[in-house]
Amino acid sequence: MSEKKKARISRREKALIRTKNKLSSPWATAISIIIAVLWTIPTVGLLVTSFRQNRLAISTSGWWTSLLPKNWSDFGLANYKTVLGGTYNLGAYLTNSFVITIPGVLIPISLALLAAYAFAWCDFPGKNILFIAVFSLQVVPVQVAMIPLLTQYVNWGINNTFWVIWLTHTIFGLPLAIFMLHNFMCDIPRELIEAARVDGAGDVQIFLKVVLPLMVPATASFAIFQFLWVWNDLLVALAFTGNTASTAPLTARLSDMVGSRGSAWYLLAPGAFIAMIVPVLVFLFLQRYFVRGMLAGAVKG
Amino acid sequence: MVIAILLFVAVVGLVLFLTNLPKHMPSWGVAAMFLFPAIILICFGLIYPAIVTFKNSFYGRDGTQGVGWANYIQIFTEPQFLRVLLNSVLWTVLVPLLSTAVGLIYSVVVDRTRFEKLAKTLIFLPMAISMVGASIIWKFVYDQRVGLLSAVYTWVAKLFGHTVRAPQWLMNAPLNTFLLIFVMIWIEAGYAMTVLSTAIKGIPEDLVEAARLDGLNAWQQFIYLTIPMIRPSIVVVITTVAMAGLKSFDIVRTMTAGNYDTSVIANEFYTQSFLNQNTGLGAALAVLMFIIVIPVVVFNVRQLRKSQDVR
Repeated sequence: MSEKKKARISRREKALIRTKNKLSSPWATAISIIIAVLWTIPTVGLLVTSFRQNRLAISTSGWWTSLLPKNWSDFGLANYKTVLGGTYNLGAYLTNSFVITIPGVLIPISLALLAAYAFAWCDFPGKNILFIAVFSLQVVPVQVAMIPLLTQYVNWGINNTFWVIWLTHTIFGLPLAIFMLHNFMCDIPRELIEAARVDGAGDVQIFLKVVLPLMVPATASFAIFQFLWVWNDLLVALAFTGNTASTAPLTARLSDMVGSRGSAWYLLAPGAFIAMIVPVLVFLFLQRYFVRGMLAGAVKG
Repeated sequence: MVIAILLFVAVVGLVLFLTNLPKHMPSWGVAAMFLFPAIILICFGLIYPAIVTFKNSFYGRDGTQGVGWANYIQIFTEPQFLRVLLNSVLWTVLVPLLSTAVGLIYSVVVDRTRFEKLAKTLIFLPMAISMVGASIIWKFVYDQRVGLLSAVYTWVAKLFGHTVRAPQWLMNAPLNTFLLIFVMIWIEAGYAMTVLSTAIKGIPEDLVEAARLDGLNAWQQFIYLTIPMIRPSIVVVITTVAMAGLKSFDIVRTMTAGNYDTSVIANEFYTQSFLNQNTGLGAALAVLMFIIVIPVVVFNVRQLRKSQDVR
């Protein structure tokens, strides 16, 4: 048996080596480099622009001209200073983005963990129907719910507060959260749960002491998902925040700035980078979890 | 924010505490306790509003006067809205097909090369950038005076002996819609690549070797082995991205605000509901989006049923 296994592994390794040689063909390399460059250059361009201080040069010459050594003196942080404070005040919107996003991730995930536990490990009549209903809702466009929801908030007098945004992100995030966390939860071996039951643990103990610790990586995957979704959201922000510095996130402000000051690149470029830096860092450091969450299959809107 | 989180922790704590209180809580009781916060929110925030929207779509501007099918008739007859529908079709068809194609090609060519990890991260990065950020990045590329596209355009024209000024890219219909669609492809290709690349790596090595022993070249292997083996993943990617394409709002809103014939259903919904205060028409557009996704819902539920049977 072990002999056979060894033989198989070494055969597989040989195959691997052969494929490696074959696939590193110049064509494959060329195509992949072209696509990678094409995909990266626009972002690099904006990054370079965000550091160009000569406003006249920004609106009359391409960003690549500033890479010539004679133009290097042009680089600096002045644009970032301008947009973070003063009339543009992106600093305040940046704070709003954090204030919106943190509860906007924590609340739906906790509620979804509870619901996912019920769907995965409890028996009750109508469970399948209910689960399919929740599952179907994840594809439904949120547009169908927006106006009546807004009317409701206005009636309650809580419109344009953070409460509304947290609540909305929670509601819109729940169906997908429940579905994905349920999938991960079903992967927990049944024996573990049964063993805990035999030991006399109730559902709450099982949930807190057995399931939650095992769900940490899965929850992290989904948390990153939800984080990017809430941080990058524009529709909910435009519809429910009134677009003022007191509640609106960066995305809403930026979208507004594009409209009102067409090509003021010295403002837009640093603004866009301030909005990007947080999700990009989260993504780069937690890429593994993010990919995992994505592979669990998700359709969201 | 801290208050909200504390309040929320208190609610969840209460749910757990109450569930724990009786000595022998029946299973359905636990389920009821655990499910009710989520279910109440979903009913309040999704199901009830959806029903109201459906009703509103048969009412006028302010939602007080019944107008029958007038809103729908307007959408399907006025040229302005027909354009919106056509654009949405383009988004929903082109974005999934092209980003899947790019993602597939890329995951095949980059597979097992030395710089695979870095290359994948580069393609994948646009997924993390917000669509608003992506719109600004590309608005800059499409800028008439300083944009990279304009520079390439004038340079190529010069090669052929013409001295021309680059056009106002985003004001030129129908070209502008395709330029916006490309931004979405730029974002979604990373998603397609990641899912497909994982699927490709999941193909059993024995099969690949067998194919090679049978004398299949790289291209034949791709057509007769890779594609059939990863078909389920391709279907998932295409439907997911098609949904994203249909719902795309941020890019259109940020780059053109739907002007110059670039509007799509999702943007028109926003314009009508929030800017023109035309609730009825906005509702009809929302219902239309809902109807378009129904086949996807049905398909997904069937897939779910199948996977449950397996389980």
